[in-house]
Amino acid sequence: MIRKTVAGVVEATEGVKDNMTFMLGGFGLCGIPENAIAALVKKNIKGLTCISNNAGVDDFGLGLLLQQKQIKKMISSYVGENEEFERQMLSGELDVELIPQGTLAERCRAAQGGFPAFYTPAGYGTEVAEGKETREFNGKMYILESAFKADFAFVKAWKGDEAGNLIFKGTARNFNPCMCGAAKITVAEVEELVPAGSLNPDHIHIPGIFVQRIFQGEKYEKRIEQRTVQKKG
Amino acid sequence: MLDKNGIARRIAKELRDGYFVNLGIGIPTLVANYIPQGIEVEFQSENGVLGMGPFPFEGEEDADIINAGKQTITTMPGASFFDSATSFNMIRGQHVDLTILGAMEVSENGDIANWKIPGKMVKGMGGAMDLVASAENIIVAMMHTNRAGASKLLRKCSLPLTGVNCVKKVVTNMAVLEVTNEGFKLLERAPGVSVEDIQKATEGMLIIDGNIPEMILD
Repeated sequence: MIRKTVAGVVEATEGVKDNMTFMLGGFGLCGIPENAIAALVKKNIKGLTCISNNAGVDDFGLGLLLQQKQIKKMISSYVGENEEFERQMLSGELDVELIPQGTLAERCRAAQGGFPAFYTPAGYGTEVAEGKETREFNGKMYILESAFKADFAFVKAWKGDEAGNLIFKGTARNFNPCMCGAAKITVAEVEELVPAGSLNPDHIHIPGIFVQRIFQGEKYEKRIEQRTVQKKG
Repeated sequence: MLDKNGIARRIAKELRDGYFVNLGIGIPTLVANYIPQGIEVEFQSENGVLGMGPFPFEGEEDADIINAGKQTITTMPGASFFDSATSFNMIRGQHVDLTILGAMEVSENGDIANWKIPGKMVKGMGGAMDLVASAENIIVAMMHTNRAGASKLLRKCSLPLTGVNCVKKVVTNMAVLEVTNEGFKLLERAPGVSVEDIQKATEGMLIIDGNIPEMILD
């Protein structure tokens, strides 16, 4: 067994520097790498490019990095619910590249799987296609999109083992599996880290080969963005 | 004239047994409240769930189980969770039978604009561009006119496009229209709305062929 465990978030984030490109898993605040984000805030590294579906809210998730003006560029599909983000974008302090959500997922997975680029119909005929190669297949038009290149991928899983194998829970899975192995170093934080052999190999969502460092995170807040309920009876 | 729930009720009549359906945010979400008796449909949410159920009871909400609007949800028997790339394979690969989404503008050739108003806050397209570029069956749910009273069914969209030549049907508070090669073909009128009212509220080419029946909602 090849061990991937590190002592904690400090060791897990060793090597992060100014001007690096990071992938961060999560959809809204669901399934975000809370511990890694907190460590990046503490290190106060700057000039970051962050690939993440969303940009958090003002006081949680990637919003914490935005508050300290650590992010130079965001690559996302949807960035509502964040006033500081809006302010920095409109003032030109923050560079924002908005791309279709499926394209974002596939650009991660292309990096994971060794594809330099792929064709997708998403965005054809819109400003997303500007400057990109287009091509017709079977009578339909597609645009060429390229794989991401990133220094670190920070992902969050429910359970993991010493070998870096990961299991996700519910919709907290989202972009996390697509980002594993899509950057030079993948750092996985899990709610429960178990010894190798205690997870059924049939139940693994992401094999440990895609993960370089794994640790058990602490104090997950798991904030809910839109608590929507119905009354009983 | 219909309200938002009326539009959702009319669209629900387009659901067929065995359909996998993706609902956008806004009016489309309301369609889930009006599934016709005796049919089974499954709702897909692009953040990674198929078989979405109603909102949880108070105290039973789970931060790890949400929909694309970031609301807490439940799942139905037979539901599944998956990653974002798999989710968009379902969408791009045309495994989802029906996509229902809102719009700011639709043009007579089926172009749709619903993600950006230049000069105002831009929130992003989310999954809308993937959905409209791939789905074979797209119904737009929207009001016929905007708050200023201007038509949202246009000759040509003025806002940045989300997709081209993709909308098949539009259901508004005034009418049901099919997008054809010649323009918007009027299929049904909302209760109490005349063909003249619809003509006045439609900037794009409107095709009126014979007697236009009133919608039946139940």
